[in-house]
Amino acid sequence: MGAVGADGPHPPQLMTTATASTPAPLLELRGISKNFGSVQALTDVDFEVRSGEVMALVGDNGAGKSTLIKCVAGAHSPDGGEVFFDGEEVQIHGAKDAAKLGIEVVYQDLALCDNLDVVQNMYLGREERDWLQRLKEPVMEAKTAQTMKGLAVTTIPSIRQPVATLSGGQRQSVAVARAVMWNSRLVILDEPTAALGVSQTQQVLELVLRLAEQGLAVVLISHNLHDIFEVATRMTVLRLGRNVAVYERAKTTQQEVVQAITAGVPTKVSGIAASTSEPV
Amino acid sequence: MSSHPPSVAPEPAPERLFGRVLDNIRGGNLGSWPVLIGLAVIVLFFSFKADNFLSPGNFSNIITQMAGVTLLAYGVVFVLLIGEIDLSISYISGIAGVVVAQMTLPETGHQLPGLIAILLAVAVCAAIGAFQGSFVAFIGVPAFVVTLAGYQIWQGVIQKSIEDKGVIVIQDETVNNTANYFFSNTAGWIIAAVVCAVYTAGVLGGVLSQRRHGVAVRDPLFTIIKLVAVPVVAVVTVVICNRDRGVPFVLLLMVAALLVLTFVAKRTTFGRHVYAVGGNAEAARRAGINVARVRIIVFMISGAMAGLGGVVLAARLNSVDLNAGGGTLLIDAIAAAVIGGTSLFGGRGEVRDALFGALVIATIANGLNTLNLTQGVIFMTTGGILLFAVTLDTILRRRQRKAGR
Repeated sequence: MGAVGADGPHPPQLMTTATASTPAPLLELRGISKNFGSVQALTDVDFEVRSGEVMALVGDNGAGKSTLIKCVAGAHSPDGGEVFFDGEEVQIHGAKDAAKLGIEVVYQDLALCDNLDVVQNMYLGREERDWLQRLKEPVMEAKTAQTMKGLAVTTIPSIRQPVATLSGGQRQSVAVARAVMWNSRLVILDEPTAALGVSQTQQVLELVLRLAEQGLAVVLISHNLHDIFEVATRMTVLRLGRNVAVYERAKTTQQEVVQAITAGVPTKVSGIAASTSEPV
Repeated sequence: MSSHPPSVAPEPAPERLFGRVLDNIRGGNLGSWPVLIGLAVIVLFFSFKADNFLSPGNFSNIITQMAGVTLLAYGVVFVLLIGEIDLSISYISGIAGVVVAQMTLPETGHQLPGLIAILLAVAVCAAIGAFQGSFVAFIGVPAFVVTLAGYQIWQGVIQKSIEDKGVIVIQDETVNNTANYFFSNTAGWIIAAVVCAVYTAGVLGGVLSQRRHGVAVRDPLFTIIKLVAVPVVAVVTVVICNRDRGVPFVLLLMVAALLVLTFVAKRTTFGRHVYAVGGNAEAARRAGINVARVRIIVFMISGAMAGLGGVVLAARLNSVDLNAGGGTLLIDAIAAAVIGGTSLFGGRGEVRDALFGALVIATIANGLNTLNLTQGVIFMTTGGILLFAVTLDTILRRRQRKAGR
């Protein structure tokens, strides 16, 4: 049973009310540190995301967002700290471990094959086949259509179209749909709206909200505070590899977040310990 | 998977006529249309210009002339699909010729039956392909250079291995028959019936399976046209061949290889991975596809097809000499795949492109010959068509990049 829709329908005002009662986080990072040679990329970083919420991860360039995500995706292994998934401590040593837990990352370049159609991209590397290695094309097509319908992705005229003929927003939708099709419980989106126009950005943001409504945990990395304030439930601010604060969208302003990103305001918010107050 | 019960089949979207063809053209994939139209123009031109062009004997000649190049070009398609190139195929095919000639030579102590010698030659060539491919796949040496080195090395091996004799005559009947055997009229009809049945079963099987899963059948009209056109072509071919010497064995070989390789490319997981590696190797790698394995197998296919083609080419001459694999063989094989519509940039093309492209090249060479024109004119014409084909490919690729924005 997949995570898509597993939680049943949420009320539409989910993002403003979900934090009222605080369920246990799906993914919790405690005191993560990572250094590359003499460069301390992450120092004692805490992070959490719950099922059914959109957690934004924000920070200036070099704040450690990508490094933190790569620790979760299995591309890096942290030098210190603990990772809990669904309440249990886990070790993630590679993309396969992450996929096994149900963690999927949609990177900025989407990793789609332009010459293949939507169905072929959705099943890339995990094709349905029989004992003769023959592709079960109709099975894959039917399931792709189902997934697209479940996510209400209606803008793609035909799932048998080569991805090259799709717009940026449609391609992003395909990449996201591929990520959630595989029993995933946590989807990490790296700058999903960076290269998109206004209406396509809207398409993708609506898709992000839909993922959370269906009970997935969503981590959204973005530079665009406007987008974040539109969809995020909470936001974690990193600065120079350290936690600055965690804000609830309903209780903060863009100004406050901008200040946290640029100047850093170590504060204690919603039960997460702020980073140690050594001078930065 | 998703929370919807599996019984909820997606509603088949209303399909336009030739919907997939239109989608492909918009995505910069013209399919086989340009080469088929070009072929029709060429045939029309020569049938008016040259008196004895449209004769059953000449038709048969074109088929036997194109066979070797076509088999090589099938392998080229796979290599081009992953965005690489193999310049060594012509001399690899020469190696195959030397192997069958040596291994079937009487009174040498190592004489093998013809069929075993052929299989051995193809296996040797596949191994050469794997050897070259592993430099590309594991070390990342550009395929252009690896196979250019192979071009010289295998040429050297051929010269070295027959330098004392200069030429080896092939006396084995099985080997020689690969190029020179013609089926009886009845056998020709049986072969045509079997090929049509296999093709129809393949197409109908796909359609039935789509219906069973509630997936829209795309282009029903186009499918029907294909199901009518292929048997018609088969019947016409057999009728013409039977008015001459009968259906040549090489035609069966070309068609059988086409069906098998098309199945591999379009219906199997491996084939899908070939297209994926050609489209975006990094995406394929991240999706868990073993890119190195795909590359090596592709170079093995290229080597094996070069070997099979080399056997046919040697059998056609009943001998191998110091020029085996030389001449325009390499250029013709790569040109055939490209003229047929296979992209040099990877990820786009079909196995049948090689057949159509080789048909164009052979028809032009044959037609200009019947007009008593010299080799120079043939080179210039083929070169011009190749330039046109590559330009078209490049324009389509640019178009494809723009299509999505």
